[in-house]
Amino acid sequence: MTVEAVAGSPSGARAASPPYVAIAVISAAALAYEVLLIRLFSIVQWHHFAHMVISLALLGYGASGAFLALSAEVLQRRFVTVFAVNALLFGVTAVTSFLLVQVLPFNPLELLWDPAQPMWLALVYLVLAVPFFFAANCLGLSFYSFSKLIPRAYGYDLIGAGLGSLGVIALLYVLKPGQLLMVIGASGAVAAALLTAGGSVRRRRAVVGAASVSILVLAGLAGRGVSLQPSPYKGLSHALRVGGSELVEEKSSPLGLLSVVRSPLVPYRHAPGLSLNSTIEPPAQLGVFTDAEALSVITRFDGDISRLAYLGDLTSALPYQILNRPRVLVLGAGGGADVLQGIYHGAGEIDAVEVNPQMVALVRDDYGEYAGRLYDRQEVRVFAQEARGFVAGSERGYDLIQVALLDSFGASSAGLYALSESYLYTVEALQEYVSRLRPGGLLAITRWVKLPPRDGLKLFATAAAALRLSGVEDPERRLAWVRGWSTSTVLVSNGEFSPQAVAAVRQFCTERAFDLVYVPGIRPGEANRRNVLAKPLFFLGAQAVLEHAPAEFLDSYKFDIRPATDDRPYYFNFFRWSSLPELLDLRQQGGMALLDSGYLVLVVTLLQAVAASALLILLPVWIRSRRRISSVPAGTKWRVFFYFMAIGLAFLFVEIAFIQRFVLFLSHPVYAVSVVLAGFLIFAGLGSRYAQREGRSGAWRGLLLAAVTGIAGISLIYLLALAPGLDALMSWHDLPKIMVTLMLIAPLAFLMGLPFPLALTALGDRARDLIPWAWAVNGCASVLAAVLATLLAIQLGFTFVVLSAIVLYAFAAWVVGHSFTDREASIG
Amino acid sequence: MFNGLASPRFSKGRRWPRRPALTRRFLSLLLVFALPLPQGARAAEDAWVEQRQEMLAAIRDMAATTPLDTGGEAMSESVMAVMGRVPRHEFVPERMKPLAYLNRPLPIGHGQTISQPYIVALMTDLLDVDAEDVVLEVGTGSGYQAAVLGELVRKVYTVEVIAPLGEQAAGRLARLKYDNIESRVADGYYGWEEHAPFDGIMVTAAAGHVPPPLIRQLKRGGRMLIPVGGRFLTQYLMIVEKDEQGAVTTSQVLPVRFVPLTGEH
Repeated sequence: MTVEAVAGSPSGARAASPPYVAIAVISAAALAYEVLLIRLFSIVQWHHFAHMVISLALLGYGASGAFLALSAEVLQRRFVTVFAVNALLFGVTAVTSFLLVQVLPFNPLELLWDPAQPMWLALVYLVLAVPFFFAANCLGLSFYSFSKLIPRAYGYDLIGAGLGSLGVIALLYVLKPGQLLMVIGASGAVAAALLTAGGSVRRRRAVVGAASVSILVLAGLAGRGVSLQPSPYKGLSHALRVGGSELVEEKSSPLGLLSVVRSPLVPYRHAPGLSLNSTIEPPAQLGVFTDAEALSVITRFDGDISRLAYLGDLTSALPYQILNRPRVLVLGAGGGADVLQGIYHGAGEIDAVEVNPQMVALVRDDYGEYAGRLYDRQEVRVFAQEARGFVAGSERGYDLIQVALLDSFGASSAGLYALSESYLYTVEALQEYVSRLRPGGLLAITRWVKLPPRDGLKLFATAAAALRLSGVEDPERRLAWVRGWSTSTVLVSNGEFSPQAVAAVRQFCTERAFDLVYVPGIRPGEANRRNVLAKPLFFLGAQAVLEHAPAEFLDSYKFDIRPATDDRPYYFNFFRWSSLPELLDLRQQGGMALLDSGYLVLVVTLLQAVAASALLILLPVWIRSRRRISSVPAGTKWRVFFYFMAIGLAFLFVEIAFIQRFVLFLSHPVYAVSVVLAGFLIFAGLGSRYAQREGRSGAWRGLLLAAVTGIAGISLIYLLALAPGLDALMSWHDLPKIMVTLMLIAPLAFLMGLPFPLALTALGDRARDLIPWAWAVNGCASVLAAVLATLLAIQLGFTFVVLSAIVLYAFAAWVVGHSFTDREASIG
Repeated sequence: MFNGLASPRFSKGRRWPRRPALTRRFLSLLLVFALPLPQGARAAEDAWVEQRQEMLAAIRDMAATTPLDTGGEAMSESVMAVMGRVPRHEFVPERMKPLAYLNRPLPIGHGQTISQPYIVALMTDLLDVDAEDVVLEVGTGSGYQAAVLGELVRKVYTVEVIAPLGEQAAGRLARLKYDNIESRVADGYYGWEEHAPFDGIMVTAAAGHVPPPLIRQLKRGGRMLIPVGGRFLTQYLMIVEKDEQGAVTTSQVLPVRFVPLTGEH
């Protein structure tokens, strides 16, 4: 296609149609880069900073819009060259920006203490915005230069991005993140080469030459890939600093980088929450770090059960005091410690579920001998599946469902998970677990102890809520809760606790120096005796949760301990605005440790994004109006601003909210996101191409109104019917589930692909100067939307996010309802 | 039902550092770096002393607003006196020296930190040691905590697992003539059997559980102290106590005054 395209203009520089394939390649690479950056940051830093940095780096899109608003007119005369150079620069800076960021002394842990840190953080943003700036230049200039073909070009943009989101996940299975970075770098050169393949001989030689050199250089580097340097404060870095320790194996997949470390001189002895009365040293262990953090261990097991006695001295051993030879389901098997615990206690059968197949392979194959053929034992079955999906799809009943403690205390205590959705600890999840219990069976969930109580109390409140919702009238007879100094375990029983069971809990605590927090019939004097807090906060909290008005207690607590739900799946977020002033006041003394900074990081991100967006959106307008170039009336500018801001926000709100819904349905954290995201982008891309055909002449406004009405209608139907409908299909196999998901996404996304290109084309006809500006507004809106959607979901839930999107779409339709530009009113 | 519980008082502790103090610190820093030796050595030493006094004021301010749930009303004067003596600037990397007396944790390399002075004082105070005590420290780090303890007790044994850190700290403590501190590079899990039992044990290396050998090496009536949290922020302090019968209990103390219940109903 490029041959005629380039030949179409006398200078050879002006093409007749946009370089569709090159656009798709750049979009795919930019989206893949975004996903890859999250991976890379999760390894070298912590993932909530990854989201922060990337969302702001995307302001490169906004900056590009501003840049083009000022220069597009000049640049379009040399379209091919400018596109090719920007594509090349995207590729090169994608690699170099990350390398540069890695050597900057940014340390998020020191943000509170070191006044230089905010400056380093700003520099990180700036550096990472550069590649996105170049990618966006390619796209934005294409829209400007070929304003009649915008919908088609935008369609390729979206479809490319959709393919990118699938491709990056597939590639993450074959390549290490550091190698994939090189591939993305090379794709910039590929796009440049594609574009110039049919151009004049000299230019072709020059650009193809430059492209091949950069491909060669990047490919050469890709052999080893970029080497990643995790923060010195992460668990893996610390482990490797200990004498005699060595990294013996690395496995990488989209689910995470697994690093196996042997430390013969200073063994791990990982036994979180071990009783102070325990005198047993655990056997040798191999450390397995996920993304350089979250230690899980593979324990050496030679068949001698007595060496595992320490596993009876953890709070998580509590259910085994009550049950006899239970059939056990371990959710989150990790390195296998909870399976060993079951074996030690003589469990009859153990089904172990672990989401990461590479983790399963480490225990079963690579270190199978070391682990004593743990997973080949007769009573053990292993499933590489996501926990919720497994429970929903399984018909089996269990005597014990053990939800393992897999996140590390360090990351948990620093509030580093606050922003990650977790469907493991929601009210609906607990209801499902309990429904899989045989009569008298137990659900056991172990969490780290945080002070003042947060995790545990939220979990206990969630358990009580789940029981009540399942129709249990007396949850206080079915709950028990014990704690040591560092872990606590909540038991939920399918049936009332017998007096023998209660006695067993008491004895368990006495022998191991644990504390009762709650058992049926507990007396105040029994709590807070061995691990003493100034006030018996755990006991009082448990009592309050079980009293007649738990809502009042939950509302008045200074942390957000309202039970998490599937609509608001933020178990790890405890932040409350009302406590902020008090905790900020105490920050130097450690108040920040109580703040669960994740949420606050997000708020700060939003504020920064608003400020940066304002600058990027207003700057070009201001400059142009000073130069008196623009002939567009102010009223039109405002309408364009509100329209593109509204649809930018709304598109991402709908996308993000429904991604969450489908992630739960497809029950896989990685494919689910990529399948759903690809579905949204590709169908929206098709919608956009449809707009090219149908949206000509004056019909665009009618089509737009139809699209918005359709989006609102489908969204509302999905809000009401999707959750129950999908629940009914939970036990289906993956492939039909994916088909159903895509079929449900198709009509919604198709319609969502219309508003942006329709309006942009209309602008092209009437106020072409505003196209780059609309592009900037839309770019900024996407950044704001990603952050805002999470903030809203944490506070109010995803249903609210979707409703907001409907309102925004309606608002956008109203903005253009009568006239989009002042002049147009008279034209038609 | 929460009547009688502490009500939510926003502790309005005085902030630090105050602006004049900052200016003074800046001037004293200038003195430290600008004056030529040897006449300057004396002035430099004076400047450090002055900074140390400001650090003490900051610690006092914080301690005043924090109830020490475990007994003492205020930070003990002997601990404060020692905090005013130990040359903290000698325990941080060269480029961190100007920041040594700020009330904040500092990175010391190898992924480790030197704790915030307020936390060091609080932990030392809570360990509640006497002049005749023998104390074990697990996790030497910079050696600062050992030095503080060394000024208060008869003998300190300190163990560090990361060799370069341990060796550096040993050299530093020897240079500063802390003759009653003995250090070695070893796995802290086993404590220091030959010198057990200890009157007090300070475990500054974070761990998911308390090593049983350490509990064994704690004297009856002795105390162990463990800060729990990340490297730059302490969540809470755990005190492990062994009574005269050998029974072990713990108590957990927040370094701040904070009650999570609003208690208005």
